Amino acid sequence: MTSVPVPGAQEAKMKKLIYVLVAVVALAAAFVGWRMMAPPPDDLDLARSKQTQAGMFTVAIAPESEPVRQGPLHSWIVTVTTPDGAPVEDATISVDGGMPQHGHGLPTAPAMTAALGEGRYRIEGVRFNMGGWWELKLAIAADGRSDDVTFNLVL
Amino acid sequence: MRPRLLTTGVALAALLLAGACKPSNLSEGEARVVATLSLAALPLLPADPSNRVADDPAAAALGEALFFDHDLSADGSVSCASCHQPTRRFQDGIARAIGIGEADRRTMPLEGVAWSPWQFWDGRADSLWAQALGPWENPVEHGGNRVALVRQVANAYRDEYEAVFGPLPDLTGLPEDTSPLGSESERAAWAGLTDDERGRVDRVYSNMGKAVAAFERTIAPVMTRFDRFAEAVAAGRRPEGEAALSDLELEGLKLFMGEASCVNCHNGPRFTDDHFHNTGVPAVPGLPPDRGRADAVAKVLADPFNCLGAFSDTTPEQCGEIRFMVRDGEALERAFKTPSLRGVAGRAPYMHAGQIATLEEVVDHYASAPEAPSGRTAIEGFVLTDRGRMALIAFLNTLEPMDGKASHVGQAPQEN
Ligand code: HEC
Ligand code: HEC
Repeated sequence: MTSVPVPGAQEAKMKKLIYVLVAVVALAAAFVGWRMMAPPPDDLDLARSKQTQAGMFTVAIAPESEPVRQGPLHSWIVTVTTPDGAPVEDATISVDGGMPQHGHGLPTAPAMTAALGEGRYRIEGVRFNMGGWWELKLAIAADGRSDDVTFNLVL
Repeated sequence: MRPRLLTTGVALAALLLAGACKPSNLSEGEARVVATLSLAALPLLPADPSNRVADDPAAAALGEALFFDHDLSADGSVSCASCHQPTRRFQDGIARAIGIGEADRRTMPLEGVAWSPWQFWDGRADSLWAQALGPWENPVEHGGNRVALVRQVANAYRDEYEAVFGPLPDLTGLPEDTSPLGSESERAAWAGLTDDERGRVDRVYSNMGKAVAAFERTIAPVMTRFDRFAEAVAAGRRPEGEAALSDLELEGLKLFMGEASCVNCHNGPRFTDDHFHNTGVPAVPGLPPDRGRADAVAKVLADPFNCLGAFSDTTPEQCGEIRFMVRDGEALERAFKTPSLRGVAGRAPYMHAGQIATLEEVVDHYASAPEAPSGRTAIEGFVLTDRGRMALIAFLNTLEPMDGKASHVGQAPQEN
């Protein structure tokens, strides 16, 4: 026995097809829109003060002059303290970073150029040559211990 | 009714599709990016502390004269303007430059060049004045030698030179053809000079570069149709009349900022990030391999005329570019400086050695993203339709100057 299609069922099938079609098109449009601007993840942690990965230090970063613009070289002040807030002196800081969504590193090789006292250090030679999500990774060594921390910046 | 339902569905789908592709309006994010590309967003001309006459009009006037002077070449036939032709956006429209001989690379346009921290396709000069000292002694460009060049300036421009730089040193008694870079006999003659004599020659030579740099700082980017559009967008106005772009141009602009990701590198009001990228441009058969930035790092560090050298007018602290440049790594291999795209439609052929003849082929190159001859290409490729190709090119054409004139030469606002 074969089932005889009733007109209502046919219409429902067609309706479903159309919904699927519309959904596919909407999805495609959304995907194009997403690709276009490649926005950073919504839940990106933009804090400028953080614990290092293993919790050895608390690190705060601040640009020496605001706003941070795409293009020119700029400097940052990095403040390193112990988790209970005592300034860490005689630290050496090395800088790395890049754009996770584009798979490339920093366009320059920034370096620590001065220890300013009270746990403050100057990093020079930072440049961002593209808008979007950048990572700034600091590796901090002091008192024979080292730890690192990654900051997210969105331009 | 079934057919009606179907038509409605298809119409709805088409509408959605059109919403995604037909660029009737810019999204908020797109409008923000458009504003950053506008000429109105051009920052003040960056100061050049390594050149104390960078913004001296008398130095610029002398530099302009030197720029057009054919006598500063081996056979009196070549000036900077032979290749950097003011009526052609300061370039020459050929694949590889021709001076005394044929160069391995294409002449670069000079519009807005003073905003760029690095000079040459590979950035082997860290200032405009250090750059200018290259072509005069390059055997395939001017083919000159240092002592003859300096003497020529002393003879032809004594007053103008001394008004800017003070008294010319005594050059009498120096051998005729003498240079640290020239033929064997020129180099031998250079080696025979005393340190003091070499210093005097180099001082005048570096000042020639500083005067030319002062002139080049006046070659500023000019208003384009795109800038009219971008200004309206930035101000939150609806671009109308002259400021409006066609549907096709808008579609190209959206592609440029979106799926084609051109704006990743061609960004800011000059459409360049001033950085070096390997974009998989093919090598030129018959020419020696060109490693671009990978070979330039050692050259800029060894250049006696760099920002850190004895002829620079500043302290090392001010030489951020060279101090913090990336010195090694795979990313430097065959990486070349991102060119500005202002006026690009009017100056084929393209790329560092004129490898690509037309904009159509440029766009196809980016869509297909071929492997690089050496190193790794940064280009990922994208899906390109015939309409997309037309749109991108239509957009690039909106970057032509409004009045069809050559680049504007005039004093740009300075940063102090
Ligand atoms: C024979 C043709 C020719 C002559 C003459 C010539 N140039 Fe060039 N110019 C070129 C080429 C080719 C390049 C790119 C060379 C490279 O990257 O190695 C270039 C690059 C430049 C750049 C770099 C632009 C940028 O965006 O990086 C400047 C500035 C420049 N030239 C200025 C001058 C000046 C000043 C003179 C005269 C002293 C001069 N040129 C003479 C062909 C020429
Ligand atoms: C990864 C960075 C990057 C991206 C993305 C990029 N470009 Fe380029 N572009 C460059 C570099 C670098 C060059 C010079 C390459 C060379 O000569 O080897 C260049 C050269 C060009 C030129 C030739 C200009 C001249 O004066 O020779 C055009 C035109 C151009 N790009 C357009 C585009 C378009 C359109 C897109 C998007 C489809 C795009 N670019 C994407 C970096 C990039």
